[in-house]
Amino acid sequence: MARSVIPIGPYHPLQEEPEFFTLTVDGETVVDIEVNLGYNHRGIEKLSERKTFDQSTFVIERICGICSTSHPFAYTRAVEDVIPVEVPERAKYIRTIIAEGERIHSHLLWLGLAGHFLGYNTVYMWVWKLREEILDVMEILSGNRNNYAMFKPGGVRRDIKEEDIPVVMRKIDSIIPTIDRLKKAILDDPVLHVRLKGIGVLTKEEAINYCAVGPTSRASGVARDVRKDAPYGAYDRVEWDMIVTEHGDVFDKAVVRILETYESIKIVKTCLQNLPGGDIDLNIKDIPPGEGIGAHEAPRGEVFHYVRSDGTNRPARHKVRAPSYMNIPTCQATVIGETISDATIILAAVDPCYCCTERMAVRDSKGARLYDTKELIRLSQQKTERIKRKMGIK
Amino acid sequence: MTREDVLKGLQERFRDDIIDLYDRSHKRVYMEIIPDALPRVAMYIFRDLGARFNIASGTDTRTHMEILYHFSLEEINLIISLRVKLDREKPAIASIAKLIIGANWIEREMYELLGIQFIGHPDLRRLLLADEWPRGVYPLRTDYEEWDKSAVRDRGV
Repeated sequence: MARSVIPIGPYHPLQEEPEFFTLTVDGETVVDIEVNLGYNHRGIEKLSERKTFDQSTFVIERICGICSTSHPFAYTRAVEDVIPVEVPERAKYIRTIIAEGERIHSHLLWLGLAGHFLGYNTVYMWVWKLREEILDVMEILSGNRNNYAMFKPGGVRRDIKEEDIPVVMRKIDSIIPTIDRLKKAILDDPVLHVRLKGIGVLTKEEAINYCAVGPTSRASGVARDVRKDAPYGAYDRVEWDMIVTEHGDVFDKAVVRILETYESIKIVKTCLQNLPGGDIDLNIKDIPPGEGIGAHEAPRGEVFHYVRSDGTNRPARHKVRAPSYMNIPTCQATVIGETISDATIILAAVDPCYCCTERMAVRDSKGARLYDTKELIRLSQQKTERIKRKMGIK
Repeated sequence: MTREDVLKGLQERFRDDIIDLYDRSHKRVYMEIIPDALPRVAMYIFRDLGARFNIASGTDTRTHMEILYHFSLEEINLIISLRVKLDREKPAIASIAKLIIGANWIEREMYELLGIQFIGHPDLRRLLLADEWPRGVYPLRTDYEEWDKSAVRDRGV
């Protein structure tokens, strides 16, 4: 049969991010795939060389809208490695709490989108509603739903208030039953088993050779996690398990992410309970010449930063490597040989990074809230009634 | 496998290839090697020691074109960075993308941003820069100068 080429992109219709996949198909089977990137290349490495060490933290935070704390975490660790210096104990705990809270909402975001990609929109709506609770928690802790701006070389910018801790604990406890229900609904769903099991398999050897990171590699039986292998922050002071599965298919990647959510909840709760007192910042003034490496296990895998200082107040070189940079090429191994209908979810299974934080509230020009959720639902129902009447449907 | 065994093994095996070994801290080692030795040293660390290839980072140091290949050995919590210094005028080095698939993209990136040639790379094309970006202009080099991008930007407007 003649081969045909199916372009997906340059603006991905589902993932809403500029990337271009060229799929070559023979009938229904994908025989070749090519990935084209760079449509939105922002030159942040170059930009960072023109900012001071402190300003760079803010630029870096905007690399990713979902895991916005991961890059500052790796970057501040790289700068601290140049000096070298250890941050105060309380700052370590606060960093860990923010990073793990982010992991919970990031994994939930992926889960919802995975449902959306499969045409299972109930999961999508359900999970994203749940994710709101976590975003509220992040807002209580840091003042922001995203781009928390908590990190700085030498510590954190803001403290966690004692009176907020019980509120956060209550909120986190309240979402656990919902995640339990969700886990059951997704992992026991026979349709999802058929759709996801044995699809897009990344073998252990491939995961190692592609240098895949994060849940993508852990789902293939590669037990690598920066938090366990090279402990930093408060990760060696808290009990938690690394989630590793064997099959490497899309289903296992989903399982890893769901189970990791529980571990993150455990870490956040323990850290909040055992939050030590003391300083939160070292007030670093000068960065000596030298080079440093910082890594952080982001929700999608290891973020790797290399910083070189020449003694001035700006980095002489700043290399950023996001986890998707190592994970997206694995589609060469996972998509080829599968059918075109499964390609979408396989490509999405590595959780390529994208940002969409939408919420709705109607406000007047003075900022007063006009409609809340209930009101919007009521309006929507009224409209449906109107349309039905117009069309003569009862 | 202990940290001492690894470092001693590297020093014995590649005695003639290592220019400098900087034992920075218990988690970081920087090892400068002669550029020709890169494939064999990298392969030994990746295959025999079972390290993970994190990434490579290219830098224009004004005197040299320098590449650091970062490998992490998770078992002993150590990051080994192989440093190679290349001629700044005509930087070229053997590609390791055929040996480690994960190095494919980063070599393409260093090729377009720093102008380093990777000999034997299976697919040395641009990765991030636009097609209209002029040949021979490398944005991460220190002597890079801004150029008028308006013609490219306003194309089709």
